[in-house]
Amino acid sequence: MNNELKVVHGVGKMSYIPHSKEDRTEMLKAIGIKSTDMADLFKCIPEKLRARSFDLPSGMSELEVDKTLRRLAKKNATDLITFVGGGFYDHYTPAAVDAVVSRSEFYTAYTPYQPEASQGTLQAIYEYQSCICHLTEMEVSNASLYDGGTALYEAAMMAMRITGRNKILMDGGVNPIYRKMLESYTSNLSIEFVEIPVCHGQSHRDEIEKYLDDKTAAIILQNPNFFGVIDDHTDISEMCHAKGALVIESVYPVSLGMLKTPREMGADITTGEGQSLGIPLSFGGPYLGFIATKKEYARKMPGRIVGATVDNEGRRAFVLTLQTREQHIRREKATSNICSNEALCALRALVYMCLTGRGGIKMVARLCMEKTEYAKKKLSKVKGVEVKTSSPTFNEFVIRLPKDPNEIIGKLIDKGFAAGFPLGRYYPDMEDYMLIAVTEKRTKEDIDRFAEALEEVLWN
Amino acid sequence: MELIFERSRKGKIGGTLPLKDVNEEVKVDPAYLRSRDAQLPCVSEPEVVRHFTRLSNMNFGVDSHFYPLGSCTMKYNPKFTEKIALLEEFTALHPLQPQLLKGAKLTQGALEIIYNLEAVLSEITGMAEYSTHPMAGAHGELTGVMMIAAYHRHKGNVRKHILIPDSGHGTNPASASIAGYEVKAIPSNADGVMDLEEFKKTLNEEVAAVMLTCPNTLGVFNPHIKDIADLTHEVGALMYYDGANLNAIMGKTRPGDLGFDVVHLNLHKTFATPHGGGGPGAGPVGVTKELAPFLPVSRVVKKDDGTFELDYDEPLSIGYIAPFYGNFGVLLKAYAYILLLGKEGLIEVSENAVLNANYLKVALSKYYDLPYDKNCLHEFVLSVSRQAEKGVRAVDMAKALIDKGIHPPTIYFPMIVKEAMMVEPTETESRETLDHFIDVMKYLAELAEKEPELFKDFPKTAPVGRVDEVKAAKDMDVACLNDDSL
Repeated sequence: MNNELKVVHGVGKMSYIPHSKEDRTEMLKAIGIKSTDMADLFKCIPEKLRARSFDLPSGMSELEVDKTLRRLAKKNATDLITFVGGGFYDHYTPAAVDAVVSRSEFYTAYTPYQPEASQGTLQAIYEYQSCICHLTEMEVSNASLYDGGTALYEAAMMAMRITGRNKILMDGGVNPIYRKMLESYTSNLSIEFVEIPVCHGQSHRDEIEKYLDDKTAAIILQNPNFFGVIDDHTDISEMCHAKGALVIESVYPVSLGMLKTPREMGADITTGEGQSLGIPLSFGGPYLGFIATKKEYARKMPGRIVGATVDNEGRRAFVLTLQTREQHIRREKATSNICSNEALCALRALVYMCLTGRGGIKMVARLCMEKTEYAKKKLSKVKGVEVKTSSPTFNEFVIRLPKDPNEIIGKLIDKGFAAGFPLGRYYPDMEDYMLIAVTEKRTKEDIDRFAEALEEVLWN
Repeated sequence: MELIFERSRKGKIGGTLPLKDVNEEVKVDPAYLRSRDAQLPCVSEPEVVRHFTRLSNMNFGVDSHFYPLGSCTMKYNPKFTEKIALLEEFTALHPLQPQLLKGAKLTQGALEIIYNLEAVLSEITGMAEYSTHPMAGAHGELTGVMMIAAYHRHKGNVRKHILIPDSGHGTNPASASIAGYEVKAIPSNADGVMDLEEFKKTLNEEVAAVMLTCPNTLGVFNPHIKDIADLTHEVGALMYYDGANLNAIMGKTRPGDLGFDVVHLNLHKTFATPHGGGGPGAGPVGVTKELAPFLPVSRVVKKDDGTFELDYDEPLSIGYIAPFYGNFGVLLKAYAYILLLGKEGLIEVSENAVLNANYLKVALSKYYDLPYDKNCLHEFVLSVSRQAEKGVRAVDMAKALIDKGIHPPTIYFPMIVKEAMMVEPTETESRETLDHFIDVMKYLAELAEKEPELFKDFPKTAPVGRVDEVKAAKDMDVACLNDDSL
């Protein structure tokens, strides 16, 4: 019995290896190895360089692994009603998005190096690039980047390449997670960062003007910003362009169903996190970074780009283009080290944008805003809660609590709510403040119950 | 094929939206609003699904085609791991949740998976600790080089160069350069590995690190690797391991035992997570104990009571390189794969990957040049130069393979081989598939000899024929904007 089991294992059932024992023996023979010992394939590795240890558990059946992982899954609470956003949102994804991306013709393919064998992926990326351009009103988009934070870093590097300058102004309303990422990425480079705190939740024009000079490569702005506040950055763009500096605008794609586009505000490069376009929260990834710019800067943009062309019979065809910017051709002189994109996430976003379409994306944005206004009204009636209303917001807003937000959030978790994000974590002078996000998924009842629960944990 | 925009008709909508259940109206200053609607397509759900299903039919994928794309490890992606990754307790989990007070206890399952995955990757590669944060192989490289820079800064070392053999992946020099280093390329010797004498000549105390792939992109294991590591350490520099080729060596040798200080892995290669048409992948980085303090934050730590939490208090850390904990969805699939296969399964993976590569190499070397005729591991590089003399270049051979229903191997890489064709069959291909590939390659070699002019017309049966890349670059038509909106 034992022996039999060993034989079954030897056939490689669990390793997805199709060879029978006979196959292996004959293949070894064909190679010129006389033994039946697979270890003989590794004679090129000197004995003294062999693994000193490989102490791993034995394999398990699907059923056992299923049980193990479901047990772990149950230790995650996803039944909370969430008002946590911070740049990452609980939006609804139509089922057809999942159906399309689960086609293995898409997910088991690789980067479309061979266009004739990859027209599906290539056309989808071209359509994705087109949708990003329509949403942002920019002229060219790449095939996607890892996430919104790395996209912002790539945009900053791109601006420095274009201007030949190395000073970056950073609006205080840019997602603090992204600001921390930029700090890390540039710590070995000589770049001067100037952070400009917001004023009444919006970009601080006077301070920006003070620090803006002819050494400035770009200003990084975000709309809506981390506090959910919306702004019109047109005047800042004019100020920057007058000094020869570029404008990088980080945006929340769903909000563009309604809000002024980066192009209308005069941005030169726009980036963002595409998670809100049909991509699950999934504990932080995989997500989707997008970047788009003006045509004149296309050749300075990092990452894969798909272009339309024709085949030898004049039929429409798509292909990776402008590849001379890239690492596999230019090596150390490449515009970026990026090799892959997040193609499957870009496909999700594309299908989402097609399904919601012109009218739907606007309706999603509008619903988010309306429900947020309702939540603001409701929470402002809770004793001791101050809703910040000095500037208009999209689907996120700031409240001030009479007690430590961390403690309140902890108590609300016990009542089934992920209440919001404590701003003190990234803004030391905002210890009493909490950020609250409302998407189209939250119902009036969710919001009513949340307001009641908040009142209860504050005062009972 | 028709673009989705060309199917668009005014008034159509694909999805349903939740009801508006509040009375509030949006009252915003128009200065904040866009003046025209986003010109997204207007299509119904059935049309969307048909459009993308038809697009999917125009792709080669691992499920439908043999895909021996060298350096990319295009192995079968188990359906089980796809199923696990769809569990809502993972997909719906907000990444900020563990950062809330009491929130960590509500994400214990996810944190434990990250913690356990780091532990098994450490054992597989002989490293002390891992970070799962990098979101792709190249991102892991950049993270690794950033840690190397932080290490030297901390030590007060002034280092300028990173040495990379000329056979290395293009991402290696690009990552090193973007992190602020100057790259020096070291030539390969006649055996296809980094030339030891040239290396010694270039190595000095200005070198921050040596970046290597082992086995390298020719599938050749460098027998002097330990000497290279010792010499590198003698001048105070560090060894970086590009783990793209880990599928060749699991259970046989480990980068940690070979003297490497920093390692990145490609979970979408060795650990069977799908390539997704070019991502998302995952590129965790592993380090020795000495470099562990420089790993990105946050770190998942296990407390005395057996629970897990996030630690951000690491003064020497390079900081945030990702918004959260990496591509968790991908990490989860890789972890499930490792649990399924276990120790014996992973060893079998490498043994069979190497068996398949050598089987093809021996058979194909009868019909094609093999510039570095060494014992290969998981992949090998042919040269189409004999056929090129007749006018059939590697690219022509690739297009002919498409007509035969086979995804072409990687071509024109590594750059040290003329008319290179880099073949990596992986362990999940059957002997019958390999034999078929050999037959096709043999037939094409004969055809190249007899009727080389035929190759210019391949592929004939693909959805499109050869595409005009020059026109694509010249026209720069990268978005469908033929609309009144712009």
